[in-house]
Amino acid sequence: MATITSDNHGLRLAVRYAVLVLIAVIFIFPLVFMLISSLKPDAQLLADTSSLKAFLPVGDISFNNYSAAFKRAPVGLFILNSVIVTGVTVVLSLIVCSSAAFVFVFVNWQGRDLILTIILATLIVPFETIAIPLLLISSKLPWIGLDGLTWGWLNSYHVQIIPFVADGLTIYLFVQYFKDLPGELIEAARVEGASWFAIYRRIVMPLAGPVLATAAILKFLAMYNQYLWPLMVVQEEGYRPVMVGLQYFFQLNVVWGEVMAYLSLITLPVLAFYLYLQKAFIASIASTGVKG
Amino acid sequence: MAAITLKGLKKSYGTAHVIKGVDIDIDDGEFVVFVGPSGCGKSTLLRMIAGLEDITSGELTISGRVVNDLPPKDRGVAMVFQSYAIFPHMTVRENVAFGLTIAGASKAEKEEKVGEAARILQMEHLLDRRPSQLSGGQRQRVAIGRAIVRKPQVFLFDEPLSNLDAALRMDMRLEIGKLHQQLGATMIYVTHDQVEAMTLADKIVVLKDGLVQQIGSPMELYHNPANLFVAGFLGSPSMNFLDVDVKGVNGQKILVSNAALDPVEITAKTTGYTVGGKAKLGVRPQYLTPVESGGMLHGSVALTERLGAETVVELTMKDGNRLIAALARDAVFPIGAELGLTFDPAQTHIFAL
Repeated sequence: MATITSDNHGLRLAVRYAVLVLIAVIFIFPLVFMLISSLKPDAQLLADTSSLKAFLPVGDISFNNYSAAFKRAPVGLFILNSVIVTGVTVVLSLIVCSSAAFVFVFVNWQGRDLILTIILATLIVPFETIAIPLLLISSKLPWIGLDGLTWGWLNSYHVQIIPFVADGLTIYLFVQYFKDLPGELIEAARVEGASWFAIYRRIVMPLAGPVLATAAILKFLAMYNQYLWPLMVVQEEGYRPVMVGLQYFFQLNVVWGEVMAYLSLITLPVLAFYLYLQKAFIASIASTGVKG
Repeated sequence: MAAITLKGLKKSYGTAHVIKGVDIDIDDGEFVVFVGPSGCGKSTLLRMIAGLEDITSGELTISGRVVNDLPPKDRGVAMVFQSYAIFPHMTVRENVAFGLTIAGASKAEKEEKVGEAARILQMEHLLDRRPSQLSGGQRQRVAIGRAIVRKPQVFLFDEPLSNLDAALRMDMRLEIGKLHQQLGATMIYVTHDQVEAMTLADKIVVLKDGLVQQIGSPMELYHNPANLFVAGFLGSPSMNFLDVDVKGVNGQKILVSNAALDPVEITAKTTGYTVGGKAKLGVRPQYLTPVESGGMLHGSVALTERLGAETVVELTMKDGNRLIAALARDAVFPIGAELGLTFDPAQTHIFAL
């Protein structure tokens, strides 16, 4: 049987780190390629793709692609739209889905398991299959806003937000996490006189940090990457999110440097959000065994 | 006043009947211990009183009020859990004050009551700590503090000491006893530890398979067990049971013997014995005395456990059965040595089969 000695311990560590570094490099290179390419004119960008230069800031480096990208499309508006739609959806989703999961896990009621099963079953339904019916419904729904009662939700923020607030995956994440919380904490709170809402607010949610981070990141990514649905329901530029905005760069002449500049710009909010929640996200995956 | 009555209380999960009709009267200020082996339904019964389990049928009253359908918060009870169940994200102060916060108490009132509870439980110095910074015993104090701060009519303890080590368990046991004297509240305590039951209880309820086996004071149960189960469950080491033949019946006087036991006359508390019938004779290990010669019981020493103040001897009897004797001094018996034992027939218990 192999044994670990002080001699081979160092070697083992070196091999382990080498493998981890390789995996890290595989994941980081596309990002590096995107950032570096966004600084190069197209001729050099295309020439460099055949060598390692593609990953190095060498040659004719400038921010020209960025200024061109801003001229070609209202980048700031698209990012703002995406941030509004994504941010509001994430916040509402965390509130709605955690409340739903709370009721599924802690409150006893008739038909609870059946309804949870139905909600979880929706996980296997691809969005594309419900997109058309959802479009038909959304186009006819009433809305009370600043302009009073209007019919049809198209060309708005709420048409991009409301259909995605509640979803099976987020509810499932919360259900799994809540099931692992010690039941006696909830019972102790009940005996102490807490209402269900007080238990949710004062006991369960303060202990749900890791799953809140996981659910927030997954929801953020799903919402930020929305393409098909906003393409269907938003015709006005004023409500378009970043992914739909990408179309502006494939009309007429395609300048890859500008595409890369635009992609770099719209990737920044995602990276910032992920790095902010990274610690909690990893803790949650480690504790729940749920892979993101 | 917080008297509690359980009338025909039943609990079923589908076809599984966990509590099969329990009647218990608990007086105001009484310390009642539910005791029994794992799965006997003692914790379920406690949770039914707390309102954490629905009552399938029967009637539960607290202070003369039927509370079957009331939620836990409206029953005037506080509960201490086996796992302590203190909230990990709150400080000790916030934990103890939780019930008061929920009830909308003012800051000054909370400070005063939390301070008083902390003083009673000697944990003033812990108030600003988090549960993760506390030892098991300290966590248990916090759990008890949270229970006493609201001054409930009834305290429910669900095996509160089973996660503590032996020394701490004894300290906390004494403290809970003192707390009962201090507060004078009705307390119901669930345990499978008979020492806790014997030392704390005014009244013990012995449960088995969802049924009450006997209710009475600790000494009443110890000296007059109603059945074989109670006789075997209370007392450490457990009571010895000898399979005996009934040789003669004269009113309450029953003459019994077996291969290892010389004929002896026992006064029975019940009737139903017939000559030639079988019975179980119960003898507590502490009531067996070794004799130099003769003796009523004979066997060879199989094992000795010397505990200093007493010596527990396991004997293999002539009929192959096992007998435990707890001798009140340090003694050395070589393995295999023949030993004769005697006992006072008045200190035995006979159960008809």
